[in-house]
Amino acid sequence: MDAKDILGLPKTPLSITQEKKSRPQKDSQRKPDGISREVYALTGGVAPLMPSIDVSQLKRRPPSDEKITWQWLPFTSSARKDNLELYHWVRVVNGVPPTGDYSFAKYNKSVDVIRYTDEEYEKHLTDPKWTKEETDQLFDLCEQFDLRFIIIADRLPTTRTVEELKDRYYSVSLAILVARAPSLGEVPGHPLVKEPYNVTQEIERKRALSMVLSQTKHQERKDTEVLAEAKRIAESRLAAQAAEEPDIPATLDIGPESAERAVGSGDTISPSNVQVHAAAAAPSTSVIADNSSTLASLRMLRVYLRTYALEQMVQAASSSAGLRTIKRVEQTLQDLGVNLKPKVPTKAVCAEHLELRKEILTLLNLQKQLQYKEAEGSSFRDGSYGDMPGSSKRSQRAVDQDRTFVPDSISFGVIPGDRGVKREQKRKGPGRASETPSSPAGAHKRPRKMKASDL
Amino acid sequence: MFFFCMIIVQKKMKDVEISVPIVYGNAAFWLGKKASEYQSHKWTVYVRGATNEDLSVVVKRAVFQLHSSFNNPTRIVESAPFELTESGWGEFEIAITLFFHNYVCEKPLNLYHHLKLYPEDESGPMSTKKPVVVESYDEVVFTEPSESFLARVQNHPAVTFPRLPAGFTLPPPVPQDESKRKRGDTKDHPLSQWFLNFSEADELLQLAAARQQVQTHIAKLRRQISLTDGQNQPFKSL
Repeated sequence: MDAKDILGLPKTPLSITQEKKSRPQKDSQRKPDGISREVYALTGGVAPLMPSIDVSQLKRRPPSDEKITWQWLPFTSSARKDNLELYHWVRVVNGVPPTGDYSFAKYNKSVDVIRYTDEEYEKHLTDPKWTKEETDQLFDLCEQFDLRFIIIADRLPTTRTVEELKDRYYSVSLAILVARAPSLGEVPGHPLVKEPYNVTQEIERKRALSMVLSQTKHQERKDTEVLAEAKRIAESRLAAQAAEEPDIPATLDIGPESAERAVGSGDTISPSNVQVHAAAAAPSTSVIADNSSTLASLRMLRVYLRTYALEQMVQAASSSAGLRTIKRVEQTLQDLGVNLKPKVPTKAVCAEHLELRKEILTLLNLQKQLQYKEAEGSSFRDGSYGDMPGSSKRSQRAVDQDRTFVPDSISFGVIPGDRGVKREQKRKGPGRASETPSSPAGAHKRPRKMKASDL
Repeated sequence: MFFFCMIIVQKKMKDVEISVPIVYGNAAFWLGKKASEYQSHKWTVYVRGATNEDLSVVVKRAVFQLHSSFNNPTRIVESAPFELTESGWGEFEIAITLFFHNYVCEKPLNLYHHLKLYPEDESGPMSTKKPVVVESYDEVVFTEPSESFLARVQNHPAVTFPRLPAGFTLPPPVPQDESKRKRGDTKDHPLSQWFLNFSEADELLQLAAARQQVQTHIAKLRRQISLTDGQNQPFKSL
């Protein structure tokens, strides 16, 4: 009785009969006795509630009223020139074998290589760099190998590059086409005319391709960096220039006559001013570029709210920081008793607020830097992984980079700076984006960009 | 020489801006005994000058967009004081669009205010005498103001006038017939006793103190970093 109380089960006998009724249904779902649950599950266990595929439907085939037999019969193919007779299994329906050509004969396609007569060669196709013999050979091979120039280049006894062969082939074909065309009008539609083969371009293209293919990882990274930098500079220049343009017509409002005179002879001065401004507004660091483009876009708005402007400037200043850093900045502001959004956003207050945020970012960066250097220091002194301070991923990486200082007893016997290091780091840290240390530990003289993974 | 001066003036005008400090928000009175199910509060949403000066020198009209359950939810107010009084029971976001005079700016500006009827402290008694007031301070910034704009608003108390570049003079203002126009300032507004005070001094102090703390901390960290660098140096020369 107490047990029933605890379980919350009803005590009346009526409910017991109800239980009995519901049980048979459940029993059919339960596993059969005699084997354990896990073993039963291995065999497929209890059926799922929804039948996925109706197995009984699978084996059924439409009842066929045809009589099918398979016979070993001879066949020929129109794709062959020699009338060779081969044998294969054929599906015979009601005693009637299938008719028609060999089913794969239709795939025997080849290229229509234009062949010239000797006359035509004399008239249009002579070339100082090619003999008639060679050209004939080339065309034979082109026909034989369906314009597979790599093979053709191999087969020709003379050493010519693929581009040279292509050039000769296409220019000869084009010349013949033009010569044979009854009138000039019929020619332009032909693909040979529409897209002539450009040898120099092809050589250049292939050279560039092979250069890109053989680029080292290092080179690739450098290239993307430079491109990104160039893009940023171009964008900020564009924003600054766009801001410049409305200036000149807007200020024409100031006194019509004097403005005309100013524009008249000021023409030489103002365009250069615009250029100077644009150049000045495109500095090298990304933070200043963000700021100036924000200012430029605000100016373009003509009217805006101070709070909106502050939001934009804060975003621009934090553009290089990850989400976690931004949260930490906000936490710091709260700890300092400063409103995240100023209650009285005057020009002065907004400026101070922005400066404060930038200073906090600097503070956080310095904290990270110090942590890193301290971890470095203790790894130098201790020389073993066991004493690593805390679980900071930063310090782990610092240790990994100091491989030269670690005694051989530690398991990572990998030379620093090669790919092995990167893989090791990946295994150690859970899903951390690591970079191959390209320089010895601590020699990071350039200010590093903050990454989300750094926090 | 003249043209050269003109160019300098053109460049500097780029950095000239006119700002108008405003306060916008609402005051809501509980209707007490007179409250019905659908009209429990009487509220006024408004946009006023931060120092209660008349905004109509820049604002031509204000459009308040109310919740769709209101009749004619788009309410247009053509003169100062730019406010709207209604009664209801619900809190919702009101979009306020400010349209400016032609000489000021052709683009309108949007403000958003969440109507507040019920006090933060739900446990306290609701009073019919003391309203629930929520206000936000902001500044409307006009970039590259035209000469006519500058001329019109010079010496107006509602406007923060910029410092003009050297050698720049404005024509004298056109005298306005003040007596004929209705008073647009909110100095003696019936709700003025409830208006909040916004002083930048407190916030500036707060920010200055915070910056000081942060700067001190930064200096300390820089010292520590150079110290640690010194300690690590002998190891690196290997």
